[in-house]
Amino acid sequence: MYENRRVGFLFALPFVLGVLGFKLFPFVMSFALSFSQFEVFRPPQFVGLDNYAQLAQDPSFHSAMGATLWFVALAVPLRVGFALLVAHVLNYKLRGIGFFRAAFYLPSILGGSIAVAVLWRFIFARNGLVNQVLAAIGLEPVMWLADEQHAMWTIVLLFTWQFGSSMVIFLAALQNVPTSLYEAAELDGASKWQQFWRITVPLITPVIFFNLIMQLVHGFQEFNGPYMVTEGGPLQSTYLLSLYIYEESFRYFNLGYGAAMSWVMFAVVGAFSAISFWSSRYWVFYAGEKERAK
Amino acid sequence: MSSSLDALDPAALQLGRLEAARTRRKAHLQLALRYLILGAVSVLMLYPIVWLVGASFKSNAEIFGSAGFWPSSWNVESYVKGWKTSTEYTFATYFLNSFLIAIPRIVVTVVSCVLVAYAFARFEFWGRKTLFSIMVATMMLPHVILRIPQYLMFREFGWLDSYLPIIVPSAFATDTFFVFMLVQFLRGIPRDMEEAAVIDGCNPLQLLWHVVVPMLKPAIVSVIVFQFIWTMNDFMSPLIYLSTVAKYPVSLALKMSIGATEEVEWASAIAISVVALLPSVAVFFAAQRHFIDSAASSGIKG
Repeated sequence: MYENRRVGFLFALPFVLGVLGFKLFPFVMSFALSFSQFEVFRPPQFVGLDNYAQLAQDPSFHSAMGATLWFVALAVPLRVGFALLVAHVLNYKLRGIGFFRAAFYLPSILGGSIAVAVLWRFIFARNGLVNQVLAAIGLEPVMWLADEQHAMWTIVLLFTWQFGSSMVIFLAALQNVPTSLYEAAELDGASKWQQFWRITVPLITPVIFFNLIMQLVHGFQEFNGPYMVTEGGPLQSTYLLSLYIYEESFRYFNLGYGAAMSWVMFAVVGAFSAISFWSSRYWVFYAGEKERAK
Repeated sequence: MSSSLDALDPAALQLGRLEAARTRRKAHLQLALRYLILGAVSVLMLYPIVWLVGASFKSNAEIFGSAGFWPSSWNVESYVKGWKTSTEYTFATYFLNSFLIAIPRIVVTVVSCVLVAYAFARFEFWGRKTLFSIMVATMMLPHVILRIPQYLMFREFGWLDSYLPIIVPSAFATDTFFVFMLVQFLRGIPRDMEEAAVIDGCNPLQLLWHVVVPMLKPAIVSVIVFQFIWTMNDFMSPLIYLSTVAKYPVSLALKMSIGATEEVEWASAIAISVVALLPSVAVFFAAQRHFIDSAASSGIKG
């Protein structure tokens, strides 16, 4: 009965239609659109590579791309690193572990909401929570949102704060590392630090890799944080590519130009993923490979 | 035995005891350190949210006056003002709108994703492997790239300014994360029960309904919770597709109330943020055990 091809396909049909209609078709269409001049109420005109040529000379695009790369370079390693660290600390039989897991996961669940972005604005305001804490320990207040040097950090921290989903995945992986390995290492006199780097990290490289790729994709598309907390400012220092694409496409309805930008973003994400996949041969080890072969 | 112990050098014995005490102390210290780290991180994680609740009862001046949680007087005025909004509708309308999007969306998501996950996990059919790879690949596809063509499609269908662009795609298992999660979950369930049911003459649909769905329950709860919270949080889709204020969900209404009250009515913006978070927080705590575990099992294990 499990071999029943027609029934199986029938059950999978919604997905087949969905992927064709809502993913594949728009995917191809956005590529085509990126070669057109298209302002909603007029029929699109084929303009070849004009959009891309224009992008190459568009200072706003350059600064948005720069800000995005800067954001991803800071926020993604921070989120994944923090997730691994906390998962590592949590990976022991501790009383109250359920509370900690929930506490660490909650911000990831709520983090994308506008309410939390509002909250973040107040936390980093001139007289906000963070500056009050700084003052309490005798430090100078920082113009978090008004200073172009610091504004990026507020959205990086908001992104990092939501490390929960990566943490949960790390936790599952850590629980699969056989404890006998640590016991053996302990007997050989390896320190905790050595155990972490020589046993834990190598054994979970596939999961580190998975989390890095997923967060890379998320990081490049970050929208709610910069849109609400900093509104792209000050002086466009947090004006990420996703904001520019949104405004160009849905405020000025330059759909062709917006499509070209999203394809450049896609290419950059793709390049980063490709580099990661290529490099993974050297640092990702699949312990299950032997099992899979049989 | 005891005689040999007595024969031991008392100094050595003392040393042994000291050693044992030291390792014990070290273990205690490590445990304490671990709790210290966890406690500190929990504060960092939760205090902003806790502070928000406290601040919602404070006056405008007090919000920026103290980092403490406790307001000097419990003032519910901000809630009253925030709930009314500066528009002609109250937040009751916006909440209702949010539920009008979330509930149908959850229903179609669960139905379509369970069907598809069942197909992937239990059937052999043409193109299964390719389709599965496509599904995993779409999880890594930046959705930004699909926004513009999808917008044009929905405009062509005449769906703009309605909830259809947000709900209908979910009926076709386009939220592939859920399919992936359910497939992973199904893979962990032995097929014995299903095989027994087949021998008893169950057809695939009966099998799905009477055997598979009950076993999938914890994973389905996770799908519901995730989809509920993500839909409540969703800001971009309503922003693009909805133009009538009467149809706005909470996320858009909240953004609007911030814009309208710039620098004047902080307190009510904070109060209404607390209210906006309530449904998600409630659902999270009601189901957190369930869905933290199934989120974990959707991690790549095999």
